[in-house]
Amino acid sequence: MGSGERKPFENPAIEWVDSRLPIFTLINKEYGVFPTPKNFNYFWNFGAIATVMLVLMILTGITLAMHYTPHADYAFESVERIMRDVNFGWLIRYMHANGASFFFIAVYIHIFRGLYYGSYKQPRELLWILGVVILLLMMATAFMGYVLPWGQMSFWGATVITNLFSAIPLVGDDIVTLLWGGFSVDNPTLNRFFALHYLLPFVLVGVVGLHVWALHVTGSNNPLGIDTKGPQDTLPFHPYYTMKDTFGILVFLIIYVAFTFFMPNSLGHPDNYIPADPLVTPAHIVPEWYFLPFYAILRAITFDVGIPFTDIVFVEAKLGGVLAMFGAIALLVALPFLDKHPARSARFRPWFKIAVLVLVLDFFILMVCGGKPAEGLWVPLAQVATLYYYAFFLVLIPLFNKFEPRLDLPPSIHEAVLSCCSKKKQCCSHPTEAA
Amino acid sequence: MKYFLLLLSVFVITHGAPALAAGDAEPPPEMHWSFSGPFGTYDRAALQRGFQVYKQVCAACHSMDLKSYRNLAALGYNEDEIKAIAAEYTVEDGPNDEGEMFERPARPSDRFKNPYPNDAAAKYANNGAMPPDLSLITKARHNGANYVHGILTGYEEAPADTELMSGQYYNRYMAGHVIAMAPPLSDGVVGYEDGTDGTVEQYAKDVTQFLVWAAEPEMEERKRTGIKVILFLLVFTGIMYAVKRKIWADAH
Amino acid sequence: MSDTTQQDNPHGEEGSRRDFLYLTAAAFGAVGAGSVAWPLIHQMNPAADTLALSTTEVDLTPIEKGQAITVMWRGKPVFIRHRTEAEIEAARNTDLADLRDKQTDEDRVQKAEWLVMVGICTHLGCVPLGQKPSDIKGEYNGWFCPCHGSHYDESGRIRKGPAPTNLAVPDYTFLTDTTIRIG
Repeated sequence: MGSGERKPFENPAIEWVDSRLPIFTLINKEYGVFPTPKNFNYFWNFGAIATVMLVLMILTGITLAMHYTPHADYAFESVERIMRDVNFGWLIRYMHANGASFFFIAVYIHIFRGLYYGSYKQPRELLWILGVVILLLMMATAFMGYVLPWGQMSFWGATVITNLFSAIPLVGDDIVTLLWGGFSVDNPTLNRFFALHYLLPFVLVGVVGLHVWALHVTGSNNPLGIDTKGPQDTLPFHPYYTMKDTFGILVFLIIYVAFTFFMPNSLGHPDNYIPADPLVTPAHIVPEWYFLPFYAILRAITFDVGIPFTDIVFVEAKLGGVLAMFGAIALLVALPFLDKHPARSARFRPWFKIAVLVLVLDFFILMVCGGKPAEGLWVPLAQVATLYYYAFFLVLIPLFNKFEPRLDLPPSIHEAVLSCCSKKKQCCSHPTEAA
Repeated sequence: MKYFLLLLSVFVITHGAPALAAGDAEPPPEMHWSFSGPFGTYDRAALQRGFQVYKQVCAACHSMDLKSYRNLAALGYNEDEIKAIAAEYTVEDGPNDEGEMFERPARPSDRFKNPYPNDAAAKYANNGAMPPDLSLITKARHNGANYVHGILTGYEEAPADTELMSGQYYNRYMAGHVIAMAPPLSDGVVGYEDGTDGTVEQYAKDVTQFLVWAAEPEMEERKRTGIKVILFLLVFTGIMYAVKRKIWADAH
Repeated sequence: MSDTTQQDNPHGEEGSRRDFLYLTAAAFGAVGAGSVAWPLIHQMNPAADTLALSTTEVDLTPIEKGQAITVMWRGKPVFIRHRTEAEIEAARNTDLADLRDKQTDEDRVQKAEWLVMVGICTHLGCVPLGQKPSDIKGEYNGWFCPCHGSHYDESGRIRKGPAPTNLAVPDYTFLTDTTIRIG
């Protein structure tokens, strides 16, 4: 960013600012001429889509906070006042509530993209880890946001999730009391959750900034997973990807808007329209859908871990569940260091490709299990699915490192695009347009 | 893209699933409601009749704390009619300059009068089972409108093997089939001013529609706005697709 | 977007069709952004329940001649003064030429003995003194705003100081001889 390399702008106002603070030079460098692989498919839209959802969540969130009262006696009613009396309050709240779901949809697809095409591999390990940090922050933020309307699901969800920490040996109960600021989930809990729910999105923005910074140091991965070798492999970010991203964002927004306006409560739970009652637990406590896979892993550990045929227990079921759940995310952090296979993209990894698609299916199975009562066949099914999740990272990936063949990589992105297009119909740079 | 569609469809399939596990109640019959679907609207006449049923029957035990008399404007009442409806109720106000609470006729800005002074009184008067507030009842139950309609029309003689205690009634669509609310409706309990037949079925349909409105007063505006927004986005998306193709035409 | 339109193929039908497409896209973007912005701004305007709660009833019986009370209306203080004959006389006999905001006393009251007005200085929104007998009433025997020294007379009209207009008179009606409803 040395001022010596700066190219002057023609517009005098822009030049005046830029010569003092080269912000336009920065924007042009990172989003204007930034060399971007030319063979992205539509999966590469989801980073931009997630960014749009984050901005939308912050804007709607700030405006909701102008009307919301973080007090156990008034929270539920203040939310209903937003829905009934505040100008466009219903719109803003439904945008926020459904926006959370669609933010997660975008981010889960974004993560899947990274997984499938090996975007977590050298040299993008830190970029990937920052992404996992973003996911964790999102989960914390979404969880606390769901508590704010102070309905039955808010209250009991908060109770169950905060109680997870009581599984920690020795200090668990003290930590839970600290989290609650009392002896149960109550007004102090609601107040601090509101404070943190307001704060964390801005932390999230900061980490997203680091994530993008790291991305722009290494450059983007691409569907072939091979490095760019020169200008013939890339296009300037603007207008090629600004316009393609805008198109993708709009398609995504149509689905989001359809939910927001026509089935705004379909992703929520009816019990959350009943005011919180500390004396009555709803028949089924289910977290929001985006937590269900992890909730299923939590509940899958129904057994103590110890030495068989003795009374020696190392890890009780309760702690085991909590460890398994957090472990599922820790494995994502470890993934770049577990996977040593020379090819990035699943396109050139026949075994990994199947394993990762099964992992996606597994994730959905866990999601279904998490929404079902923990009884009958759902328990063993969740256990098998949890087992596969762990096995993918700890057994399959190490095996693939040793034994999985690598298909022939094309010499460069440019040549791959050309040869694909000459074969027609099988165009790898635009699979959707061919479809 | 085909993966994306695959993901999406799996997501849609899996998502519907959790709701099914809602206990052992028989699912209520699916009714045709004027407010269903993306173009659905409320039937003003039905809303007014439903309000009459609520006022004369439900309001004896059920509060609607989130509604104000002024909200009745959405049912088609004019300002004077709303003032007259509000004035039928007395509410406690104060303290006045002498520090005393006093009673006065309700105004349009007041909330619907709660039949009980507090929750404990509501519980005590109903054998310990508090009648739920009805402001959000159709949103607070799965398949809310059909559920409320089902409960109101689902009273039956208990089968021989079901033992009911006093103050309990048998209802097909209630979870566990046992409900603490006595059958609230019977033919002719409410005299409709517009000459509509006073049957239990009619009352149930009207009051259900009223309760859906109470829970989602914004619904008509929401759907109207939604259609405009979707149309706008569809056109915009089409334009952006054309722009994107133009720009990408020379990319290879 | 403009710098892309300058490149290649600037001439002919193709170029102008493309420009039209880009302009339409930009226009849709602008309309879309505006449509999102409006609800986010309009939510700050008074909500339906706030607008509905905009009347206050006041019983005037306890106010003796020469006394004043302050009541809350829409979150603002309303001054209600039971004026003496002398005050009414003085207010009526004021020469309009001496006034910055020319208004007769008759225009500002419904019944001469009751002066009802919003107790907020029209300068920068402070509450003037003059309601309590011990208060400074200013040079014109009415109200005096301590913030920047505006003087109001017996009819609440601005006489001296920075305030531009008289103290505002709210909408009110006499429900009976001794009760009024403000708003």
